[in-house]
Amino acid sequence: MHQETLDFVVATLASIVAAASPLVYAVVGETITEKAGVINLSLDGSIMLSAMAGFATAFMTGSVLLGFVVAALVSMAMALVIAFSSIELRLNQIAIGFVLTLLGANLASFLGRSYVGVRAAGVPHLGIPWLEDLSLRIPKVGSFRFGAIFFDHNLSVYGSFLAILLGYWFVFRTRRGLELQGVGERPEAAHARGLAVNRLRYFYTVLGGALVGLAGAAFSLDVRFGWREGLTTNYGWIALAIVIFGGWHPVRAAAGAYLFGALSVLALKLQPQLPDLSQILPITPFALMIFALLLVSQDWSRRLADRYSRWRRLLSGDPPSAIGTAFWRD
Amino acid sequence: MSVLARSRSAATALLPFALVLVVGVLLLISVSAPPLEVFRLIFQGALGSQAGLSTTLMVWVPLVLAAAGLVVTFTAGLWNIGIEGQIIVGAVAGALVARTVIGPPLLVIPLLILAGAVGGMLWGLLVGVLRVYGRVNEIFGGLGLFFVATGLVVYLVIGPWQRAGSASTSGTDLFRREAWLPRAGGWRFSWVALGLAVALVVGVYLLMRGTRFGLRLRAVGRNGRSAFLMGITTNRHLLAAFALCGALGGLGGALHAAGFHHKLVPAVSGGYGFLGILVVLLAGFRAVWIAPIAFFFAVISVGSTQLQLRLQLHSSLAGVLQGVLVLCALLVGGWQLRRAHLSRRRAEEGG
Repeated sequence: MHQETLDFVVATLASIVAAASPLVYAVVGETITEKAGVINLSLDGSIMLSAMAGFATAFMTGSVLLGFVVAALVSMAMALVIAFSSIELRLNQIAIGFVLTLLGANLASFLGRSYVGVRAAGVPHLGIPWLEDLSLRIPKVGSFRFGAIFFDHNLSVYGSFLAILLGYWFVFRTRRGLELQGVGERPEAAHARGLAVNRLRYFYTVLGGALVGLAGAAFSLDVRFGWREGLTTNYGWIALAIVIFGGWHPVRAAAGAYLFGALSVLALKLQPQLPDLSQILPITPFALMIFALLLVSQDWSRRLADRYSRWRRLLSGDPPSAIGTAFWRD
Repeated sequence: MSVLARSRSAATALLPFALVLVVGVLLLISVSAPPLEVFRLIFQGALGSQAGLSTTLMVWVPLVLAAAGLVVTFTAGLWNIGIEGQIIVGAVAGALVARTVIGPPLLVIPLLILAGAVGGMLWGLLVGVLRVYGRVNEIFGGLGLFFVATGLVVYLVIGPWQRAGSASTSGTDLFRREAWLPRAGGWRFSWVALGLAVALVVGVYLLMRGTRFGLRLRAVGRNGRSAFLMGITTNRHLLAAFALCGALGGLGGALHAAGFHHKLVPAVSGGYGFLGILVVLLAGFRAVWIAPIAFFFAVISVGSTQLQLRLQLHSSLAGVLQGVLVLCALLVGGWQLRRAHLSRRRAEEGG
C-alpha cells in the first residue's frame, strides 16, 4: 500500500458520500412520513418536479438558496395532495401517489423544456476547517485523511448528515417523536391519549415532502448540476425501496442510501473495464437494491432482532402497523 | 334512479373532463401556447389521417392489453407496476422467434405471439413468486424485474442482436418480412393485433364477470385471509393473476414489436404499462370501460407527438393531461362518496 492508494480510497468514499446525499434527504423524509402511517408513493415524480423547479428558480433568480426553498415547497404541495386525499377523502394512498408520480415527471419534462442545457450556479464548495484535515497516521504507508470523506463537501452534503442525525434524534429521542410513532402504530390509542391523529399526519406528510423536495434540489443544483429530461428517473422508486430496506429507521435507511451510492460509484468505475456491459451497468444498482429487499424481508432478520434485543430497533424491519390506512372517528 | 339523480351523476362523471380542460388551458396559456390550436392538433394528429389513425390503433393494442391484465391483478388486490417489464420481456421473446424461426408467416406469427405471451407470463409469475414466497411487496419486486428487463433489452440491442454494421440504441435490424403482422390494404395497422386485442378484452370482461375464478379472485382481493379460511387457495390465485396479467402484457409487447416497430427497440414498452394503470384507475377497475378510455389515452399520446414539430411543445403534455384527468376523477369520486357518507350519517342522527 502506498499513499496514493489511501488517497484513492478517501476520494472514492468522499464521492460516495456526495453522490448519496440527495437520496439521504429523500429516505429520511419518507421514513418520517411513513412512520406517521402515510405512504407518499409519489417520490419519483416529486423529486423530478422539485429538481426542475429548484433549478429553474436558481437559474432565473441566481439564488441557489431560493432554488432549494422552491423545490421544497413544490414537493410539500404534492405531499399535501396525498395527505388531503387520504385523510379527508379516504382515497387509496397508493393510487393517488402513483398518479402523482407520472404527473410530476411529465410536468417536469413539459415545463422544464427551456432549461435543458443552460447553466446555473451550484452549491459552492465549503470545506470545514480543521475537520477536513483530520487524518490517521498509518506507519510505513502514509496518512489516511478520513476527514476529507465527510468534511470536504458543501452545505447540501452537510445538510444530509444533519437530516440523518436530526431524524434519528427526533423520532427516537423526543416526546414528539414518540407521538409520531404512536400515530403510525396505533392511531386509536394515540387518539385516546388526546393526540390529533389526522392533524399530525398532515404535518409529518408535508414535513417529509419538504425533505423529498430538498433531494430534488440536491440533484439538480449539486450532484447532477443542471436539468435535463429524466434527470432523476427511478431515484424516487429506489428511495421508497430503501425506506423498506432501512426498516423505517432513519440511520439504517441512510446506510441503505450509502450502499446504493457505493453500488452506483462501483458501476461507474467498472464501465471502462467492461465495455460490453457499459450501457447496462448504470441500471444494475437499481436492480440490486431491489433484490436487497429480498434479504431483509426474510425470517432471519426478525430472529436476529430478537436475539440482540439491544439493537432491536435497528435490526427489525417491521413497518408501522397502521401504514397506508385511514383513521376516522365517526 | 330518478331522472334528476341520473343527470346529476352524469354531470359529476363529466366534471373531471371539465377540470382537465381548465387546467390544460391554464397550463398552455402559462407557456404562451394557443390552447385551442393545441387541442385541435392533438385530435387531428391522432385521428385526422390514415397514418395517424393507424398509429393510434397500434398504440391502443398494447395499452388496452396491459389495462385488461391489470384489471385481473387489481381484482386480486395487487399493484402490478411491473407490467412495464412484462411488456418488454414479451417483446424480447417475440423478437427471439422472429430472429430464429424460419418459415412461412402462418408458422412464424402464431409462434411469435405465443412466445410473447409466455415470456410476459414468466416475468409476471416471477413477481408473484417474489411476493408470495419471498415476501417482497409486488410494487418493488415488479420494479426490480422492470429494471432487469430494461437492462436485458438494452444489452441485446447493442450487443448480440445489434444492427448489422453499427450498434445503436435505435434498435435491431428489421425483422424478416414473414414476421411482420399482416396489414390491411393501404392502412398501416394490423387486423391480427386489433382482433386479438378486442377478443382478449372481451375475454377478460367475461372471466371477471361470469366465472368462479373471477369471483374467487374478487374474494381474495377483498380479504385474502377470510378467502383462505373459506377454502380458496389464496396463493395459487395470486400467482394466477400475475401470470394472466403478465401474459396479456407480454402479448401486447410482442404485437407492438412485430406489428408497429418491426424490430426490437429499447423503448418498446413505451410507458404503456404505467399508462395502463391510469386507464384502469380511471375506469374504476371495471373491464367494460378500459377499451374506450385506452382509446382516448392513445389519441392524446399519439396526437401530442405532433406538438413538438408544430409548436415546439414537449410531447409530455400528453402525460400531464392524462395524469390531471385521473387525479381529478379520483378526487371528485372520493369527494362524492364522502358527501354521501356524511349526509347518510346526518339522516341517521336526525332520525
